[in-house]
Amino acid sequence: MSLADVILAIIWVGVSAYGVFGGADFGAGIWDLFAGGPERGAKVRSLLERAIGPVWEANHVWLIFVLVYLWTAFPEPFVAIATTLYIPLTLAAFGIILRGTAFAFRKWSDTMPSRRFFGATFAASSVLTPFFLGTVAGAIASGRVPLGNAAGDPVASWLNPTSLLAGSLAVVACAFMAAALVARVASAEGSTELAQYFRRRALGAGVATGVVAAAGIVVLRADAPALFHGLTSAWGIPILLVSAAAGIVSLWLLSRRSYSVARGFALLATVSILWGWAVGQYPYLLQGEATVDAFAAPQAVLIGLVIAFAAAVLLVIPSLIWLFSLTERGVLGEVGGQDAESTGALLERLGG
Amino acid sequence: MDMVLVVATSQANLFAARYQMATSLGFHIMLAAAGVAFPFITLLAHRRGLRHKDRDALRLAKRWSKVMAVLFAVGAVSGTIISFEMGMLWPGMMGPFGDVIGLPFALEGVAFFVEAIFIAIYLYGWNRLPARTHYRTLYPIVVSGFVGSFFIVSANAWMNSPAGFTLTAGEVTNIDPWAAMLNSATGVQYVHMLLAAYMLTGFTIAGVYAVGRLKGRTDRLHRLGFIIPFVVASIAAPLQVVVGDVASRRLIEAQPAKFAAMELLPETIAGAPMTLGGLLVDGEVRGAIEIPGLASFLATRDFGAVVPGLDAVPADERPPANIVHWSFQLMVALGTGLLALSAWFAFIWWRKRDVPQGVWFWRFASLAGIGAITALEAGWVTTEVGRQPWIVQGVVRTADAVTAAEGIVVTAAAITGLYLVLGVATLAVLRRMSRRFAAGEDVATPYGPEVAP
Repeated sequence: MSLADVILAIIWVGVSAYGVFGGADFGAGIWDLFAGGPERGAKVRSLLERAIGPVWEANHVWLIFVLVYLWTAFPEPFVAIATTLYIPLTLAAFGIILRGTAFAFRKWSDTMPSRRFFGATFAASSVLTPFFLGTVAGAIASGRVPLGNAAGDPVASWLNPTSLLAGSLAVVACAFMAAALVARVASAEGSTELAQYFRRRALGAGVATGVVAAAGIVVLRADAPALFHGLTSAWGIPILLVSAAAGIVSLWLLSRRSYSVARGFALLATVSILWGWAVGQYPYLLQGEATVDAFAAPQAVLIGLVIAFAAAVLLVIPSLIWLFSLTERGVLGEVGGQDAESTGALLERLGG
Repeated sequence: MDMVLVVATSQANLFAARYQMATSLGFHIMLAAAGVAFPFITLLAHRRGLRHKDRDALRLAKRWSKVMAVLFAVGAVSGTIISFEMGMLWPGMMGPFGDVIGLPFALEGVAFFVEAIFIAIYLYGWNRLPARTHYRTLYPIVVSGFVGSFFIVSANAWMNSPAGFTLTAGEVTNIDPWAAMLNSATGVQYVHMLLAAYMLTGFTIAGVYAVGRLKGRTDRLHRLGFIIPFVVASIAAPLQVVVGDVASRRLIEAQPAKFAAMELLPETIAGAPMTLGGLLVDGEVRGAIEIPGLASFLATRDFGAVVPGLDAVPADERPPANIVHWSFQLMVALGTGLLALSAWFAFIWWRKRDVPQGVWFWRFASLAGIGAITALEAGWVTTEVGRQPWIVQGVVRTADAVTAAEGIVVTAAAITGLYLVLGVATLAVLRRMSRRFAAGEDVATPYGPEVAP
């Protein structure tokens, strides 16, 4: 295993983290879109906001991490991807901008029309962003990105069976993970009604994810033979089986209302799809064009990236665990009163 | 004929790519500056609130944390777009040199991650976290602002002073990412940007409270809301003069064409004048006020010294001098104005231990934010346009770095539209927040059905 492989594995940890945490954020936006009119959807929407409010920005940084590591460790493949796929990447970028800002702005809008406008923008871009990022993944996976400056087909590279499949899979998987996570939040808050609401949706989205993933095998066989071959290799098959098993177990647990464990398996199902892709494609970054070792940056740069990753593990992981545990315990947020020792309580005592 | 068409398309593409990058960076840089400096200004208010049981200071910290959160959200996503654009628009730089300058971006990623996590905890921690813990979450936010901006600025400094690699027959070899990061421009450019960020943020927040003052809001909260950020910016302003002087002096060696364009010097001469205003037309300076020897003096501390003019580099390596000259002068003029305003405040405070009472001070102060934002943008125009035609000084031309993908004109137009809408929406939301603060509604209402009046 070369140092370049290690960096690729680090990048894939970032992709996985973005896939599940960022993915769940997108999924929350998707459920926001389908929550119904302002009256009917109010409870659902405010639950979704409580669930992702404190964490969405941190979850989002994984994407920057992945991009930066990719261009530093594998600059030529990175520019090949970025220039050939600039259309779906620009659309995803627009989605990211609209989503993040609309979410932040909606909180501060005090008229119904503006709230609905920002809300609709947030929710719609939550569907479009994972879809376009999925088409990018499909384009790379099916070997449609040649090396060079915008050398690939600007349209057919991402409008093809594998890309459409990957885009759809991304959307349903985000919806599935989000519903499973939010069902857990609702149940922890003691709201059986909302837990039930998201449980039904998690089951539906979970089945849909399974169906799209299964259909994917047929599509890949016809449209991305190289990846199909890798996936059905000795390393690929076990990972696919893990994904399928994790998906089925999570559905079974959801049906038994074991939300806490169910969400873990839901995330595992998604992560194993991502690792299956990586294994299926290895040792190619770009199918038939660029291998990991031949296109990696020099050793000095890769060592620098390992140092940066060590810094991230030391500083970011503990902070992130603290953030998640505070969110989990309901310490962060505006509902549920004040602790006497808090800054808010002090401000009130001062007549704030 | 075909050749002409290809050249015309690639020219349009180059222009569109530069325009798109300038728009994205120009937009993001304001929010990045706020992301760096706002937490410290909030920390000062919060600290005062805790130490002196100062209700108004604590209320300010709470309000500012909410403003900071909105700005941070817009800054985070607009920054993400730039990491997309680096590859989408400039493959000729990122392909050969992505590994050379990638490391500081990776390290900045760590700093940004820490910042994003603790901003979330600080923002959402008002009600449940113990007060001391809550206050301390501001420390990592402030520190990661300092550290993160160092890494990002080092990457830009590398474009001005490339280091950490050897070019052998067109191949990039001997890459040392640490030497690339710590190139000779990094130090001074970093301090210059850091001070600019504190000036922009401090003067902008103070400017908002100055407007409030002009509307008759003279209560203690508004007074404090003006003083804290204004004093921070006022400390940065004189330091910036010193740093700016160091920055421009090193250009004579590192980027003589940029220096010549800033000072509008067509020819290399002894005793170069400082040129105020003016335009370079057909190689001659027209309509300028010239102060003899001053450019030479500022650059070398010698009125008679020879300083490089635009003719020091071949004609096809010269930046568009008029844009560089005017943006540079705009930056210096606004910086000087802000320094004068700071001195005005300091003088009155020294004599009377109070803020100035005259309406003209508050009128100027209410424009300080716009002035600081414009100065920072003008400074970026100076350094970026002043480096042209290079994207990496002396190594890669911008025209050779641009994407071959067609249709950048479309994405450039779309991003302009998007940023216009986003800019207007951001201002509208900030205005609404300010109104709600004024009405005494500090708490954000969760969205949902509108409460019937």
